[in-house]
Formats: sequence, structure tokens, C-alpha cells
Amino acid sequence: MTVAWTESTIEIAGTKLHVRRAGKGPVALVLHRDSGTPDRTAFHDGLAATHDVIVPDHPGWGKSQRAEWMRSVRDIAVMYRTLLAKLGVEKASLVGLGFGGWIAAEMASMAPRDLRSLALVGAMGIKPPEGYILDQALVSYIEYARAGFHSDASFAAAYGAEPTTDQLEQWDICREMSFRVAWKPYMYSQTLPHLLDGVTAPSLVIWGESDKVVPASAGRVYATALKGARFEMVKEAGHCVDLEQPAALSKLLATLA
Amino acid sequence: MHLMYFTEQPMSAYDSQEGLKFGATALTFSNKHFDPVAGSRLYNEYLEQYVLAEDVGVDGIMLNEHHNAPFCMQAKANVFASALAAVTKRVKIVMLGNPLPLAEDPIRLAEELAMIDMISKGRLVSGFVRGGGQEQLATGVNPAYNRERFEEAHDLIVKAWTQPGPFRWEGTHYQNRVVNPWAVPMQKPYPRVWIPGVVSRETIIWAAKQRYPYIALNTSIEATKQIWKTYDEAALEAGYVSGPENRGYLARIHVAETEEKALQNARQFMWMQGEFTGLAHPVWSSPSGYFSPSQRRNFVEFASGRSVSPRGRPSFEQQVADGMIMAGTPKQILPRVRTLLQETRPGIMAIWGNDGNVTHEDAKTCIRLLGQEVMPAIREMAKEFDLKSPFEVDAPVGLAYSKDLKKVAAE
Repeated sequence: MTVAWTESTIEIAGTKLHVRRAGKGPVALVLHRDSGTPDRTAFHDGLAATHDVIVPDHPGWGKSQRAEWMRSVRDIAVMYRTLLAKLGVEKASLVGLGFGGWIAAEMASMAPRDLRSLALVGAMGIKPPEGYILDQALVSYIEYARAGFHSDASFAAAYGAEPTTDQLEQWDICREMSFRVAWKPYMYSQTLPHLLDGVTAPSLVIWGESDKVVPASAGRVYATALKGARFEMVKEAGHCVDLEQPAALSKLLATLA
Repeated sequence: MHLMYFTEQPMSAYDSQEGLKFGATALTFSNKHFDPVAGSRLYNEYLEQYVLAEDVGVDGIMLNEHHNAPFCMQAKANVFASALAAVTKRVKIVMLGNPLPLAEDPIRLAEELAMIDMISKGRLVSGFVRGGGQEQLATGVNPAYNRERFEEAHDLIVKAWTQPGPFRWEGTHYQNRVVNPWAVPMQKPYPRVWIPGVVSRETIIWAAKQRYPYIALNTSIEATKQIWKTYDEAALEAGYVSGPENRGYLARIHVAETEEKALQNARQFMWMQGEFTGLAHPVWSSPSGYFSPSQRRNFVEFASGRSVSPRGRPSFEQQVADGMIMAGTPKQILPRVRTLLQETRPGIMAIWGNDGNVTHEDAKTCIRLLGQEVMPAIREMAKEFDLKSPFEVDAPVGLAYSKDLKKVAAE
């Protein structure tokens, strides 16, 4: 099956965002990790079979413009709320991967009635009660990316055994952006768990069984804070469940619809 | 010529094998290897060495600050500056410098420095730095805003030193609703500010635009000339002609009674496994956002081992051959110094005399020889080459205090 993706530039808060879109059905906004996203993935294509899938590059990441004034993940969440409004989307399903899960959770907390469903996959944004979110400032780009996978083989399949220097440069930009908005506390909000109180839409909290980037204990907190949530563990997957086990992830998401 | 003595204040009393075993001697190398009894002894030896340096005639003591690493024991340069303000009488206390971005409240720095200036009766030179990448990680400060914080903290401190309070500061990184420190510097308009550095072109240009002397930290003669070219062009653009009073240089020079002894001790410049700041992961020294975006490609190649370190790791012998380390009897090293002065024309010079495990006695011998034999000879050379310090020509403290500005279009 060939999925036809369109690409466009949409200006939000004075910032040009790069947006990919494909498929038909209810809107699913897919929010990528701190390390950016490949242009298209098997997971994106699969989701487009049942959904109108929107995949933006976060402001400052990938092909989206940097907003010099942007200081927090909540800023990004507001920008995406504005994006959905501009596109005339009433109720979206939010699919947040890692860091994107944090953005999705912030968006859900802001407008709980405008939410069809929420899926958080290895989401950052909450201080894990056990363990710590991996500090990428201390490790190389490749080490950090590799830590996102259960097996080296799936890392190599996603990025090549020796990622290109262009990729490393992209990761450096991603890292700089992560630092700009989430340096301290590193990759979580102290207020978010309290603010999830109003979210009642069907929610899935999904974790790769061998996630070495965000401890699963953070997922348990999400699953408790979100009233309509179920917690699911995916076997033979690390932090990047969508790249490592796309079929298993799609199957879980289908139970939300 | 303004001549200073410098040491990194090495915390040499740890087992260097432990560093090799761990694979790093910075940032995450455990402080369980730090022995405070040895630390106390070393701090007091360094203090004694500084006092000796004043006794034998140096013009200034250069101090610096680093965190989480044995290569430098000064976790807070202002603490040593305070001690020197009280125990010395004549030398300038030259901070090179306080890492501004690490300050959550720059006004506290402004107060500390004002106190040091008053206690020392106006002997402070208040250099500022951005702080290395590791320093940001060691203190939890966001590297992505490093340069913005450096510039804003500088502007706030200078304002606190030159304009009567109370005033309000609503900046991007700093907000102080009541700035009114009851401690202001004795030197007017404010203590001299010198800016040390090694690679960053942006910092050289910034220093030149402020008309602050730039101190090249042990760069090669060729790299140093390149720095002055950049500085001189920016100075012309700012409306003044720069000279030796704008140029400083830090040289590694160890002298002893015999060449053999000097070479043996000078090997200690390599004690941190041959690296300036110890063994470290390359991403620690330049966290993302810390470097200029124009250097991003070069940096990621270096950080991932796809290109060699821009500094390289030359051997001790190579560094001696290149003049990057000068070691010998005073007579033996002077021709090297003469070449350096002739080629790069600094009006400020810091001599990094001792490092690593050089004994207290040998360090004192080195300082005595520097003060009594090397520095008098350098002063003669400076006269011959007309190399005057900012003090000798009474240079303006900053661009705003210049009386000779012309708008000269840069070539």
C-alpha cells in the first residue's frame, strides 16, 4: 500500500511549522520524540490507513522554524492547540511519542473536552518515582539514540549502524532545542500530574519493556493520573516503540478507536 | 608590560590511575578521590606561592575557576581573590575570570567583586568568561543560553557598578526588581575587565567592541596572530586602533636552576593525561547550544570521533619544540619569549609556571627565578618593542569611556 503524504508550511505564533499529512478518518496528531522524526515511518503509514494523520516537526526541530522566544513545553502545546484550531479540527486523537507524549499530555490538560483519545508512548513530562530520565547531555548523540532501542539491529534499521554526519547534526539541533525548553527540571513538569485531573477521554499509556530513556514508573503515574487510562507494556521494544514494534503499537491504538 | 603569575591550582593529590581506570578525569570522575586534608595543604601552599610572587616583583596574580575536576582546585575564584585582597599589598588581583552565565544572580557577583576591590584598595581586575561546557553541566546551567546570559549579566553588573541605585532590571534571563547593592567598587568608573579565551571568534569580537583586552590562553603564535587580526578589525569598526594594551597572552613557562630539573618539572604540564582540562567526553566540553551554530558541523564530527580534536594531543617533546611549553634555565627560555613578544606584541602577559605534581619547593624556586630573572628581562624587551600595558597608557576601561573614537570603516 502506498500512502500519499502531502507537506505544507503553516504559520503558528509567527513561526513557520512544517506539517506532513496523509490518510482519511478521524484526525490523529502524532507528536515526535526529542530526537526528531524520520520523514515517514511504517507506523505513520499504518496509522494513515484508518486516520487523517498530521505529523508536524516541533518548532525548532526538523524543517520547522525556531521560535527564539519559546521557553517551555507548554508553549509548544499551545502552538499545537492553535494549529488544530487553524486546521478546523474539533476533536483530535493525540499520539505522543516520548517527549511528544509530554506535549500531548499538556494539550490534553488544557482542553480536555476537545480530545478524542490520548495515547502516550514512553512519555516524558512526569518525574519518575523510581529512576531518572536519561540525561542526554552526558552521552554522545549515537549513544543516546542507541539507548532508545531494545536491540542494536532495530537501531541500525532505523538510522544505519553508523548514522550519517547529517543525522548527527540534526540530533545536535534537536538536543539544543530540548535544552532550550526542558533543561530544568530536565524533561518533566512538576505541575503536570496535578493538571491531568480533568482529562476523561479514553487514554492508553504504552511503554516499551526495555525503555532505557524514561523509566516505566513515570508511565504508572500517568496511568493513575489519567482517569480513563490503561497501561500496556510492549515486548521487545525500547523507548522508540513506533520504530521497533510498529505493528504491536498500531494494534494497541486500534483498541482506542 | 603587565606581568602576572598563574597556576591552575592542581589538585594533584589523587591517584591518577583511578582516572585512567574510570576513563575520565572531569565532570563525573567521583569526588571520593578528593582528599580534603591534602586539599587544605595545597590551598595553603598556593597562597604562600602567591605571596612569594608578590615579594619577588610580579605585577599581578591571575586567578580562574573550574568545577568537578582535579585540574583546578578553585571552585570559586572570588574566595581566593578575597584572601589575596587581605594578604597581599601591591599586586593586581586579576580574575580570568568569573564565569558569568553560571550566576543565577549577577548582582551577588557585583557585590563580591566590589568588596574585593575595596578590601584590596583598588587592585581588582575583573575578567569575565562564559565558562567551559563542563562548567555548565557541573552547575546545572542551561548551555543553550550561555552567550545570552554572559552578555546580559555583564551589562547588569556594569550598570550596578556605574549607576546609582535603586534601579530595576527586567531582562531576558535576569530580573532584579531592586538593584541597589551597598558595596560598589573603589575603582572608577569600574574595575578593568579583561576577557580570556582560546577559540571563540564571537568572544574576541565582543571583547574588541567593548574595548576590553583579550587574553589568548596559550594559543600557538599563528593562532594568536589570527586572534589579533580579528580583534583589530573589530576595534577599527568600533572606532579605535588597538595595540599591545589590548593584547594579553598566557604562556606556560617553567624555570629551574638546571635545564634537567626544569624539563623534568615541565613534564607536569602533561599531568592530566596530556589534556588541558583532563580526560573528558567531547560532548561535555561543548553541550548542544553552547557553541556557535557556524561550528555545529565541525563540532559533531569531532564529538563523534570522525575528525581529530581541533587542539590535537601533541606530545611533551613536540610542545617544547613548538614553544607551547617553555622550560629551562631563565637564560635558556628568554629567546623563546623574545620571539613570542616580537611576533604577537602583547602588553599583558601571564606566566603559568607550575602544574601537576611540581613540589612546593620547586614551585617556589620557579617563582623566584621568574620574578628575579625572567620578568626583569621581559620588561627590558617590552621597552625595546614598545609593549605597554593598559595601566601604562591609561587606556579607557571600556569603549564608552573612550575619548579618541573615530568611525573608521573596516577594510
